Amino acid sequence: MSLRYLASRLAQGLLVLWIAFTFSFFLLYWLPGDPVITMLGAGGELQSFDPAEVARLRAEFNLDQPLPIQYLLALLAVVRLDFGTSIQAGTPVTEAIAAALPPTLALAALALGLALAVGIVIAVAATLTRRPWLRDTLAALPGLGVALPTFWVGLMLLQIFSFRLPLFPAVGTGTPAAIVLPAVTLAIPLSAIIAQVLFRSLQNAWIQPFVTTFHASGYTRLRLLLRQALPVALLPALTMGGVLFGQALAGSVVVENVFSRQGLGRLAQTAVTGQDIPLVQGIVLFAAAVFVLVNLLTDLTYPLLDPRLRAARRKLETKARDTLAEATDREDAPAGASPAGSTAESASTVTEGARA
Amino acid sequence: MTTISSPAAPTRSPQRRSHFALAVLAAGSLLLAGCSGSAQAEDEDATPQDGGTLKIAYDVDPTCLDGQQQGTNVTLNVTRQITDSLTDQDPETQEIKPWLAESWDVSDDAKTFTFHLRDGVKFQDGTDFTSASVKENFEAIQDLGAKASLGQTYLDGLKSIETPDKQTVTFTFDKSNAQFLQATSTMSLGFYSSDTLAKSPEERCTGDIVGTGPFQVKSFEHNKSIELARFDDYDWPSSIAEHEGPAHLDGIEFSIVPEASVRNGSLLSGQVDVDFSVQSQDEKTLEAQGLGIASRPNPGVVYNLVPKLTGNIAKDKSVRQALVKGIDRDQLQSVISQHQAPATSVLAKSTPEYEDLSDLLAYDPDGAKRLLDDAGWKPGDDGIRVKNGKKLSTTLTYWQDAPFLELVQQQLREIGFDLKLEKKTTAEVTAQQAEGKEELTFGNLTRADGDVLRNYFGVDEQNGNARKKKEKLDDILARTTSTLDEKERTADFTKAAKILIDEGYSIPIVELSGVIGTGKNVHDFKYEASSRFQLYDTWLDGEQ
Repeated sequence: MSLRYLASRLAQGLLVLWIAFTFSFFLLYWLPGDPVITMLGAGGELQSFDPAEVARLRAEFNLDQPLPIQYLLALLAVVRLDFGTSIQAGTPVTEAIAAALPPTLALAALALGLALAVGIVIAVAATLTRRPWLRDTLAALPGLGVALPTFWVGLMLLQIFSFRLPLFPAVGTGTPAAIVLPAVTLAIPLSAIIAQVLFRSLQNAWIQPFVTTFHASGYTRLRLLLRQALPVALLPALTMGGVLFGQALAGSVVVENVFSRQGLGRLAQTAVTGQDIPLVQGIVLFAAAVFVLVNLLTDLTYPLLDPRLRAARRKLETKARDTLAEATDREDAPAGASPAGSTAESASTVTEGARA
Repeated sequence: MTTISSPAAPTRSPQRRSHFALAVLAAGSLLLAGCSGSAQAEDEDATPQDGGTLKIAYDVDPTCLDGQQQGTNVTLNVTRQITDSLTDQDPETQEIKPWLAESWDVSDDAKTFTFHLRDGVKFQDGTDFTSASVKENFEAIQDLGAKASLGQTYLDGLKSIETPDKQTVTFTFDKSNAQFLQATSTMSLGFYSSDTLAKSPEERCTGDIVGTGPFQVKSFEHNKSIELARFDDYDWPSSIAEHEGPAHLDGIEFSIVPEASVRNGSLLSGQVDVDFSVQSQDEKTLEAQGLGIASRPNPGVVYNLVPKLTGNIAKDKSVRQALVKGIDRDQLQSVISQHQAPATSVLAKSTPEYEDLSDLLAYDPDGAKRLLDDAGWKPGDDGIRVKNGKKLSTTLTYWQDAPFLELVQQQLREIGFDLKLEKKTTAEVTAQQAEGKEELTFGNLTRADGDVLRNYFGVDEQNGNARKKKEKLDDILARTTSTLDEKERTADFTKAAKILIDEGYSIPIVELSGVIGTGKNVHDFKYEASSRFQLYDTWLDGEQ
């Protein structure tokens, strides 16, 4: 893996961050409403604003500048890693995000773990079974899992396992037991995605000649599936990392509200309703950064897991170097050529490799 | 001089509730109907028990715990437990009673107020509460400027604060300010220690607050919880409290539970003791299970429509009067909580200076139609009236949780008035109202003093109607500031309320009442005069 490849991927990541920042900045700017008036009023009773005070606060948040200046000032601050303070709470944005992060991470990690386990079991069972009705039922489960509204599932679980049967607390993050129901709720759509992708690629692997060969040489179906087909089939599922992460984050907005949990999703929701621009931007940038990072890690670990891809990339890079030499040191040439590891492409490489 | 904007409702959160939870709620109630609970009457003579933590489920995060800055109910309910005031207002008789001030003198012109402070009062950090504390707190509130949304109006025109000795403090205003005495009973004018005042407003918002109250802040985590712990040395309760010494409860834990059905389920299953915001469809379930419901109308200006005279339609007095007559308030009862009532004046029943003006608010659709006919508004093809090619139609933007407006919309259609409703976020509504282009605004204003009328409608104050010049109404309202005689004030505020209705400056709709659900183990859960709660006397029995 060349440094050049890494650098170009990082540059791509920064581009994504800049686009996310710009997009959210203008989106928030064009929303009706005035953050300063919201802050002073804040849903309170009496809203007699002193125009001088309003002007002072607008200046404090640079809201009195023309739009391009506001944008540049905001961008400059972010480049200096200064994310500002939350308009509503008055605390630094980084602090607010840091405080909200651990509970969301715990929730997302547990939900992903659960989702992986359930997803694998469903996909494996659906592939192995010889009963068509069972296979069809299992294959239909992911669709159902995605279709069920998370909000409704959460309330139903609460109703049954907290209000009717006092097994889990309904509110808060105080006890370890409090994470169970939210994690299950969040895991349902995640496991559905995993099961679907895995089932497809297992089916693909299942019809490969090497499977028939192994089968003929006396392997049991289960052993064959677990030892030979599953590792091959899991690879495309790995490329889903970014998507799963995005799904987990989006789901946390709903789950954290239903289960009254502190966290990033809840923070995002209150920041948006309160038009807390610095906070919303901080969250958007943070989410985008993690998303970029997850995708990068996926692409970097991919070749480590799949030897064929390593070979393919070496070939590509040699070719790129040759082209580079010819192009008399043009800086940006390999940037376009080398990110062959982008998720979609690597996925297709794998499936093709498996077929070969 | 202040600019006009919307007086906003306190109880309802700016956050929107997801109403598609209704179906789930219905399912939940069916499930829960299986549980049985025996209703038990509260034993009034039961001896209070000490101990236990009262768990309260809030619907929204207070964002800021400092009641000197914030004016929302969720904030003030917390602040009331951690700070005391100079005086207290009896929620029954509405009288101003001693608290941290043992007595007071007011000059005849209501410009000078002298308070004689109680001895031995301490802040939770051990420092003494003296006249100097009063002075520095009130000065700090003035320094907060626009950030002290309520305190600023209470101290309007404050010229000097003198402290001749440790137990005496004298306030002098540059004009008569009779409302100030009641203002001293509010938590917006509560007290913090010198250390707290030295901190920035933002730091104080995070709960870094030391008061003199029966509970102290232990922790505040946004969107999670606020924990209060008993202040063990507390020994200076208000003169209307029922016991002395420290509070009964070990502590209070507010958790932020945005989903109404989750709050309700948590209360029913005993996971919380108090649901701060009960939905009207859940009231029956709670009552059937024998749980308590606490409710008290917010004093002050009721939920009302306020025409702006700058509007093309609203400037027509006949239209405004027709709006007053065109609303069937009795019918509104069917769509609001049974603990909420239709308006019977511009002021709510719980306001000290309230008088019943329901005669002026009788439903009279024929009278309304006649007024509009005479003013030249003739019914068009679609039933909506038209005058000179202009439709009798306007859009009302609001953010409050006020489903009854839809019934008002139907009722006004009967008289040929087309009221379009647009529910938006608080931010959008406030920004739009700041522009001042709308014909009608919707809102309320809570305060346990008739002075809210002056504040809301007075031409020199918020001037809700955007009137251009002083009129008789303003003279009457100005008169109320110079006397502390409650009879005179009541008479004048009633006169003012009559003018507001006659002129169609205010179109009262319903009173605002927060509905709170309490567990069977909760006793002496009390409201103070502005309908926020006072938990000093509250206690829990050990059954749950």
